[in-house]
Parts: sequence; C-alpha cells; structure tokens
Amino acid sequence: MHPILEALLLSAGYNSALVAIGAGLLGAAAGAVGTFLFLRKRSLVSDAISHATLPGIGLAFILMVALGGDGRNLLGLMAGSAVTAWLGLTLVEWASRRTRLAEDAAIGAVLSVFFGFGIVLLTVIQGMSAGKQAGLQGYLLGSTAGMLLQDAVVIAVGGLLAAAVVVLLRRPMTLVSFDPEFAAAAGYDVRRIDLAMLGLVMAVTVVGLKLVGLVLIVALLIIPPVTARFWTNRSDVAVLLSAAFGAVSGYVGSSISASAPDLPTGPIIVLSCFALFAVSLLFAPDRGVVASLVRHRRFQLKVHRRQGLLALAHGEPIYDRLTLSVLKRGGYLRPDGVPTDLGRDQAAHAYWDERRWEVARRIHQAEALAGRYDGLTPMEAVFTADEIAAIDRQLGPVSPAGRT
Amino acid sequence: MGADFVQLSLTPILIGVLAAVACAIPGNFLILRRQALIGDAISHVVLPGIVLAFLVTGSLGTWPVLAGAAGAAVVAALMIEAIKRLGRIEPGAAMGVTFTSLFALGVLILEQSDTSTVHLDVEHALYGNLESLIWLDATGWESLIDPTALTLMPPELIRMAAVTLLVGALAAVFWRPLKISTFDEGFATAVGIPTRGLGFALVIVSALAAVAAFDAVGSIIVIAMFVCPPAAARMMTDSLERQVGWSIVFAALSAFLGYVIAGYGLTWFGIRAAVSGAGMIATVSGVILALACLFGPHRSRIGAPSAS
Amino acid sequence: MTPDGSAAKVVEEDPGLPLAVRGMTVAYGEKPVVFSVDARFPAQSMTAIIGPNGAGKSTLLKATLGVVPSLSGSVSVYGQPIAKARHRIAYVPQRASVDWDFPARVVDVVAMGLYRELGLLGMVSRKQRATLMHCLERVNMADFAGRQIGQLSGGQQQRVFLARALAQNADLYLLDEPFAGVDAATERAIIDVLKGLKAERRTIVSVHHDLSTVTDYFDRVLLLNIRKIAEGPTATTFTAANLQATYGGRLAATQINDLGLAHAGA
Repeated sequence: MHPILEALLLSAGYNSALVAIGAGLLGAAAGAVGTFLFLRKRSLVSDAISHATLPGIGLAFILMVALGGDGRNLLGLMAGSAVTAWLGLTLVEWASRRTRLAEDAAIGAVLSVFFGFGIVLLTVIQGMSAGKQAGLQGYLLGSTAGMLLQDAVVIAVGGLLAAAVVVLLRRPMTLVSFDPEFAAAAGYDVRRIDLAMLGLVMAVTVVGLKLVGLVLIVALLIIPPVTARFWTNRSDVAVLLSAAFGAVSGYVGSSISASAPDLPTGPIIVLSCFALFAVSLLFAPDRGVVASLVRHRRFQLKVHRRQGLLALAHGEPIYDRLTLSVLKRGGYLRPDGVPTDLGRDQAAHAYWDERRWEVARRIHQAEALAGRYDGLTPMEAVFTADEIAAIDRQLGPVSPAGRT
Repeated sequence: MGADFVQLSLTPILIGVLAAVACAIPGNFLILRRQALIGDAISHVVLPGIVLAFLVTGSLGTWPVLAGAAGAAVVAALMIEAIKRLGRIEPGAAMGVTFTSLFALGVLILEQSDTSTVHLDVEHALYGNLESLIWLDATGWESLIDPTALTLMPPELIRMAAVTLLVGALAAVFWRPLKISTFDEGFATAVGIPTRGLGFALVIVSALAAVAAFDAVGSIIVIAMFVCPPAAARMMTDSLERQVGWSIVFAALSAFLGYVIAGYGLTWFGIRAAVSGAGMIATVSGVILALACLFGPHRSRIGAPSAS
Repeated sequence: MTPDGSAAKVVEEDPGLPLAVRGMTVAYGEKPVVFSVDARFPAQSMTAIIGPNGAGKSTLLKATLGVVPSLSGSVSVYGQPIAKARHRIAYVPQRASVDWDFPARVVDVVAMGLYRELGLLGMVSRKQRATLMHCLERVNMADFAGRQIGQLSGGQQQRVFLARALAQNADLYLLDEPFAGVDAATERAIIDVLKGLKAERRTIVSVHHDLSTVTDYFDRVLLLNIRKIAEGPTATTFTAANLQATYGGRLAATQINDLGLAHAGA
C-alpha cells in the first residue's frame, strides 16, 4: 500500500494513528473556536497567546528539573505554557484597555517580548546539564518524530476534550460573537463567555504545541474560519464548516507527514489548511474571487449601459470610453457613434422608466421607496402592474415606444 | 573595557543598535496606522524567501539573501492586500493566513532540501546569531582608526548602517506626506498625496529594514523593534516628531542593554551561561514598554470628548 | 479606472465654473450609492447637499475628490481635470473620520493645509506661521495653537479642520457635515467664516443635515437620494414637493410645514 494511504487508513502504526486522530480532533476544535475569534475580529490575539507559551515551556522545564524530575514531561510543559499564555493574554487586554495602545500594537509587543524571553530561557536551558537533550526546540515547529505513546494519548485526549467543550458552549459563544449586545440583553455574561472562548483558544494552542509548534498553531485557529467564510453567511454553519476544514487538515496533514521522514507535521497541516483556503478563495460560488469578479464586471457594464442609454435619450454627448464600447457592442450605437434603431428604442425606454419613477415618487411617498430609485431597479420589482398603470395614466398619452 | 570588548562586543552592539533603529522608525507609522503586526508578518515570510533564494542560487551570499527576503516580503504584502480586497476578509485574519502559510512553506522546503553544507536553519532565522558578528581583526579601540582593521569589520555592520541611513533618510524626505496621510487619509488624497502608493511604500521600507536586520540579528528583534520602542515612545509625548526621537532612543537602549545583559549580566548573578542576545534585546524592550505603560506621562488615551 | 480612482475622461468645461460633476456613479458592492449624478456648482455660490441618511451625500463629495473610487463619471474643476486643480480645492472631511489621539498639536494639523505650498522639504516660513495663526484666529482658536488635538471638544476639533482648510487658501471649499455634533457657538463661528469666504468670491459646497438652517445659510441646494432629485437656488428648489421626493415618508408633512415653505412646490 502507498505509505500516505496507509497512514490515512490508520494502519501506519498505533502512535501515528493516535496522533492523526488527535490532530483531527484538535483541528476541529481549533476551527470552531477560531470562528468565534474571527467573528469578533480578534484572530491575531491567538498569535500573542501562542508565542507567549514559550517562556512557560522553558520555566516549566527548569522547574521540573530543579525538582528532580524529567524536564520533558509533556503535561508539565503544557501546564507551564498555559500559565504564561494566560499572562500574555491578560497583558494584551490590560494594555489595550488601560493605555492608549491599540490592540494590534499590544499583541505585537506581547508576542515579541514573550517569545524573545522564551528564547533567552531556551539558551539558558541549553547551558544546563539536563538541557543538552531537552529537545524543546521541537515546540517551535512541532515534531511528532519519535513521539512517546503517552504524548500521543495526551494529544488525542486533549483534542477530544477541547472539541467536547466547544460542542457544550457553542450556543452562547455563537450568540456572543454574532451580537454581543443582544447576548448581554438575553442574560448571558458576555465577559465570562469571552474568557471561556479565549480559554479554549489557549487550550487548543497548548495541546497543539507538540504537534504543530507554537509558530504555526495560529494557522489552525485562523485559516479554517476564513475558509468557511467563503461558503456561508450564517455563523452557525460557519462554525461547523470551519471545524470540518480544521479536522480534515489536521487529519490529512498529520497522515501525510507520518508517511515520510522529512515531511514536518506542523507545516504540512498548515499547508493543507492553506490548500482548502486557496480553492475557496478562488472558486467559492458566491464570495469567491472568480464569482465576484464576474459579478462586478457585469454590474459595471449594466451601469454603463444604463447611463449611456439615458445620455442618448437626453441627446447628451458620451465621452466615457467604456460606455461607448458597451453601447456599440450591444448594438445601440453604430461604429461611427450614431444611435441605431434599437439604441433609440432602448433609450426611449430608459427615459420613460425615469419619468415613471419621478411620478412614482410623487404619488407613493413610502419611506422604503426613496432609496429604491437607484437607476437600476426595474419598476416591476417594486410596483404591481396596477400601480404602474396608474403611474402611466399620470404621464399622459406618450407611449413607451415614443421617440424622444 | 578593553581590547576584547572591541573585538567581541562592539560590532554586535553596533549592529544590534542599527537594526533596532532601522525597524523602530517605520514602526512609529505602522502602529499609528493600526498595522503593527505587518512587522510580525514580514519577519515570518523572510524565511521562505531566503530558502528559495538559496535553492535558486545555491549560495547564502548577501545579495541572494536580501533579494529573496525582499521578494518574499513583497509577495506577502501583495497577498495580504489581495485576500483583504478580493476575499473581503478583515486585515488581521488576512495577515494570519498569509504569514503562517508562507512560513510553513519555508520550513517544508528547508526540510526537503539539502542545506547541510550551509548554516541555514529555522532557529538561526528566528533568533539570528548576533554573537558571531565579531571583529576578529580588532586589537583594541585604536583599531577604529586603523584602515586595515576597519576594512575587515563584519560586512553586516556596513550593510546595516547603510540600510539604517536609507530608512532614516526616506522617513525624513517623506515625513510630511506620511504624517498627513497617517492622520487623515481622506484629506491627504484630496490634496493630491498618493496615499495608496505611500502606504505600500511604507510596507516595502519596513520590509527592507526587516530583511537587513533579520539577516544580522534574526526575526525576534525585528518584531520586537517594530512595536515596542514606538509603543513606549507613544506614552512619552504627544508630538510625532518627539515620538520618533524617543523611539530611536528606546530602540538603541534596548539593543545596548540587551546585548550587555546577555553577554555579561548573567555572570553577575553567578550564572555561567551565554544567553541569546536577540532574545534579551527583545526582553529589555518589553521591560521599557512596561515601564512606559505604567509611568509614561502620556500613557492614557485622551480620546475625543463627545460633542460640545 | 485611472489611478486617481475616477473612471473619468475629462469633459471640456467653462474655466469659470468651479466644479462640474457628470454622470457620477459610485457603488459599494453591487448597490449603487450614487447613480449618474450631474451637478454644477457656480462661482461664489454656497450650496448645501441635502438628503436622508444613506443618500450618498458624503460619497458624492468623496468620489468627486477621488477619495473613494467611482464606477463612472467625470469631474472638472475650473475647467480642468481635478488632478491639475487640486491646489484650488480645500476639503474638510467629517470630524469622526480621523483618530484624534494622533500625536499632533492644533498648529501641526493646520500646517497640513500648507502641504501643496511647502512640498516635501520646505520649511514653514515666518510669514506662513503668521498665516497659520491668522487662520486659527478666524475660527477663534488662536489660544489653542499649542494644544494637543485629543484634548479638544468636538466643536473645537471641527474649527481646527476648518482652519486647516483656510490655510489651503483655495477657491473652492468642500465640506462634509461641518455642523455635525457641534455646539451653537461653533456653528455660528463656522457659518460666519463660510459667509466671509463667500464674500471673498470663493465657492462653497457643503454636505448638510439640518433642514431648518438651509434657507439661512445657503443660497443653493442639491437634493440627493442616490439620484439627483433637484438642484438650484434655495428659493426655488428647496420646496416641500422636492423635499418630499427626496426624503419620501421619512419626512413627515408636519416637519415640512415647520420649515415654512410654500407647499405648492416650484
């Protein structure tokens, strides 16, 4: 069997299977939590959190060694990283609330300073006798090579727990990210739910450290939600989609990575996320780039055709090159710029429409109507046939086909 | 401080100071434009740029590295704009998507290719190797006036000095339009300042500073210096001119103190370990920022009082 | 589109006409915000652009200046394309469009009005400094020259913006809601300055919200709701019928009655 296929079918060894399942669960949890962050426009807070884990890892290692234990204990390192991640998060909130710093500057400051201090600790550890083989560098970019069974279990269980908490809290979190004021009015404690959300971000980060590494873990929290955004406008659907994209990337990425020696897990998972993103960005049916470019172009041509016809109706000269080419291609103008019969007819029609609108605004003074007179909305979309007939009676005997 | 200071510490400190200043100057405008994390994004994408440059040219010489890194920074800036505009995604998320993917690509290519013959690895990219930029041919302070020894200074120093000067000169020349368009983009456009081009140019100059600094000192200093000294300076004054001045002072101070503490400080505490100079510089800049946040005379937001 | 943001090809216009807009269309997404608006603003006139919220008033102003891109349309300023006539225009954006926590003093902001005179490296001369102070005096803000802009009240900020426009020493003044959220004293001060400008033979175009002051302040109006509804002298154009057509049901008949306009319309 091909090694990738083997890994995907969970038959490449017990450890890799466990890691793949764990990565899938972690991806799902990260995708879901990330969606809440994304809806709150705070995606990059996760970047501060993840970089702030590094000093915690270093301190936990030093502490565990000082207490006579094995510095590499994954649970211990995770606990340490959670403490400094929380501290970093608190500092971001404090600085952007209490000082004139904007949140992005606070994030940048915390992530760089904590990371820098973490590197200082790593170099200290390298100088310690117990630190020679610490392998803490693995936490920067993740490494599953030679992973212990117990570590794989920790990741799988951690991923499962995070996913379970997301399922439990999905309703309040959706509400708070979608409309915090409404959530507050409905009796939810917005501040607490926000904290729970950031707590989950932290949990996902900490569990994912060993697997994806702290530089890249944010990708799992950012890319799937952005990808989901291209496929839906509904926040609950976005959460599900994003979780699915995260799960697929985590599972497939770690499987591919397990199939060959020099395919690092973190980058492969991130690139799997990115592949899904790129496809969605380009080809999603409504919000994708191709679809919106086509739509925008159509709209632009529609505007120019309408404006051109109105100019013909008023006998005004047309200078805009695009308008001219739209009219010529539509058969409304001859190549020498003289209107064709069709052009005159359509111009008269557009003009007639304008006059109908003027009357309509006079007799129907509904509030909603004022904004509908945007030059492109057809009469029939707003008024019934009877109402249009009434408008036409006001306009008098000139028929729509009449020349102007 | 004698001969071995000049030999071992003078050039790393100078390079650190120059790199810090080169990043802090554009950083002032980035934080006022709510683009503080552009520095973060740029410093991440430098890695794939360098790796690709190495694969293409087979060398880690100055020019391939600079070109590759600068190219990657431009690609990243364009990609962020494209995702923002075409995908209608908010800037933070667009940045997050871009820099993580490009960084992942860089790591992957690095692992896949044979770079064992050269010094190119992720750790080096992250925290550089300031300590290795020593001036072996110096025999003491008098070497500063010895033409032969001067020509044998680490080339990073000359390069960094040139880039810092260039960044400073550009900031001085384009000061007025930069200030106007940062404060009031609509007015700037109305008086004929090409605001979009200027915004892009700011990102490119930041990238230039980042790339040059990165080459010498790694990406931690780069990220920290884009944000911390300008942010601390923001707490010290309400004038943009003075803010930039303060940020230069803070950047230089961080680099100097950081390097000295990393190199000598720990021995005062009896710890015999050489710690990362880059990491310590970032840490010191964080301490300065924390102090400014707590005690800076202009630390709190004044904000616009409501009408009347 | 041209880099300037306007899809414009310039139409020959009378060099004596301060501002002419033709076929201006702006859309956000696929929804026109301003559709095919033609407007002419004659010399020494003081025009209010009026319409309900979301009618595209500010957008029309911004698209005219190229601050937002337009789908189609052309602009001429004193018979020239706008790129060649920017030195003759002063612009006062909405006060809320900037972050007032920016590190600058009042005089720094007013000095931005000298940008076209100073260019990249020119230093502010003694004479120019006197001009800046004079501009601040005209809006009664001379005592605040050294004040940090974040410490000003809303009305004071608006006056600083006006002083900056005065420093531009332009012939055509475009203002975006200069009276929004300001105190009565500021409103008085601003209108005095604007009337003074008009007396100096300059032309003023302002987005305006308060219908009750239109007849007092402005001699021309442009009624806008995505489309241009009407434009012309206030006396003949600011009528109940036109207002009703512009605002639809949003403006109750009683409100129009309060304005004391002839109900018959023009």
